[in-house]
Amino acid sequence: MIGNIVGVLFDGVAYGSLLFIIAVGLSVTLGLMNFVNLAHGAFAMLGGYVCVMMMTRLGVPFLAALPAAFISAAVVGVVLERTLYQRLYRATHLDQVLFSIGIVFMSIAITTYFFGASQQPVTLPAYLRGQVHFLGIDFGVYRSFLIVVVAALTVALQYIIERTRFGSQVRASVDNATAAAGLGINVNRVFALTFALGSGLAGLGGGLGIDVLGLDPTFPLKYMVYFLLVVSVGGTGTIKGPLFAALILGVFDVAGKYYLPQVGGFVIYALMVILLIAFPAGLYGPRV
Amino acid sequence: MATPAALDAQNASVPRGRLPDARWTALEIAFWLIPIACFFLLPNYRVLASQILITALFAVSLDLILGYAGIVSLGHAAFFGIGGYTAGLLAVHGWHEPISGLVAAAAVATLAGYLVSFLVVRGGDLTRLMVTLGIGLMLWEAANKASSITGGVDGLSGVTIDPILGLWKFDIGGRTAFIYAFVVVFIVFLLIRRLVNSPFGLSLRGIREGGKRMPAIGAPVPRRLRTIFTIGAAVAGIAGALLAQTTQFVGIDTLGFPRSAELLIMLVLGGTGRLYGGLVGAAIFMVAQDYLSGINPVYWQLWIGLFLVVIVLFARGGILGGLDKVRARFSGRKATR
Repeated sequence: MIGNIVGVLFDGVAYGSLLFIIAVGLSVTLGLMNFVNLAHGAFAMLGGYVCVMMMTRLGVPFLAALPAAFISAAVVGVVLERTLYQRLYRATHLDQVLFSIGIVFMSIAITTYFFGASQQPVTLPAYLRGQVHFLGIDFGVYRSFLIVVVAALTVALQYIIERTRFGSQVRASVDNATAAAGLGINVNRVFALTFALGSGLAGLGGGLGIDVLGLDPTFPLKYMVYFLLVVSVGGTGTIKGPLFAALILGVFDVAGKYYLPQVGGFVIYALMVILLIAFPAGLYGPRV
Repeated sequence: MATPAALDAQNASVPRGRLPDARWTALEIAFWLIPIACFFLLPNYRVLASQILITALFAVSLDLILGYAGIVSLGHAAFFGIGGYTAGLLAVHGWHEPISGLVAAAAVATLAGYLVSFLVVRGGDLTRLMVTLGIGLMLWEAANKASSITGGVDGLSGVTIDPILGLWKFDIGGRTAFIYAFVVVFIVFLLIRRLVNSPFGLSLRGIREGGKRMPAIGAPVPRRLRTIFTIGAAVAGIAGALLAQTTQFVGIDTLGFPRSAELLIMLVLGGTGRLYGGLVGAAIFMVAQDYLSGINPVYWQLWIGLFLVVIVLFARGGILGGLDKVRARFSGRKATR
């Protein structure tokens, strides 16, 4: 019984950390540019497909395919940001929502056209498969790997945001873009770089998540709510807000599906509505 | 959405020295003659035409809350589905009379809309978006899991409807269904038209354009928003019930997110905040869908996505907004943007 609970918690944390790594970029986009980007999952899907194609068609090992997923998503992200997204920073939320739904639909159609509608298989390398037996409980090796990777990335992100020059420029622009520009910060460049970083992380998360989340053309639509939820519950402008929200979400979702399978996704949607009503501005910080 | 240009364009169509009023223009009358002409000239398309009418009403219900009051909703299909399932379940469980079924569906959707409106009015755009999305998904999930009641993903079949007023039987060709849908849609449209031209409707536009200033002239903003959200939900419920009764089937997709997104697309395609935008958008969208998705459903999604991006970047205001600009240019007044 205890083993069960620990197992569910562990799976939930692994799931939540994946959600975090994909959604953290969205939190920056929303906090920095005040842009409601429903198409964020499309970048994760891109990373996932890059990963799968490199492994199956080119025989690249899994760990080497992950950086490629990051880079390709970041490049596509920065191109789209410069050509399309930046034109809509001042638009209404409705326009942004419509625009990004359009991107989602197009990404689904294009992916279906090239790769078909079926789930993409992934074969993890042998050293990431199987279970580790520890204190009488089985832990999945891959999920432990996920948690370690995400923990390392979180520390790195926290360092970048809190300690580097670039990080302070980002924080300044989030707080007040006009004043930041007045102080000589090239806000457009900060926007483009953070967008690239956020898309890249989503792509990396997409690649890491194939085994856990699955990968098919409807990915951006299927997980859209989860990413948005991480951001709207976690608030914007911090790293710990979305992290905390993603972990809560991951644990509740896994626990809900494990203990109450007949209710299914209902738990998570109910939780979302309750949290949003209770904390309209997110768990941390006044900004949304 | 709520650009001052849209209002300017509306005012531009009113001759100087006359206040905007609710008089019927020749164009409007001609517009409503189109479905009647379709009925006689294209009898093979009556089923499609009645679905277009119903969807158009659904789009107008979203226009009330989005175009007039400025509330962005990603879960409006929830009320459409509630109306549909109410009418469908009543008919399955022995209540076959159509008009009372329609009224019951409207009542249930109104109640649901009233309850949800309290949650929606709180918070900013993002919270509203997420709450409406979440409620829509919750209902979908509920309908999916309660398959013993709703039929789950297979949908609710076995909906049998008595003849309307005991006189007109629903036929295979969709003749009765079309007339029924047309009459109901037209009556509801008349009421909505009256509503948006009333002082209440004007105060909604005021809230959309400057929500912070409206309390200063004594308008109770949250209450107005709750009212219009409830009305929008009721109209969506009527549309859902009409679809259930005329097709004698309720699919779970009536509750789904794609339905809400498509609805948003139709409305934006036609033009928000102008009553006829939803009607025009729904008609064009559904005819295009009927034609293009017959060729290849994947391409259809690509086109619709591309179309949305282009509309947002280059053609805000939709088709009717574009027509207004053209008209303003021809009448010698430059359309302001």
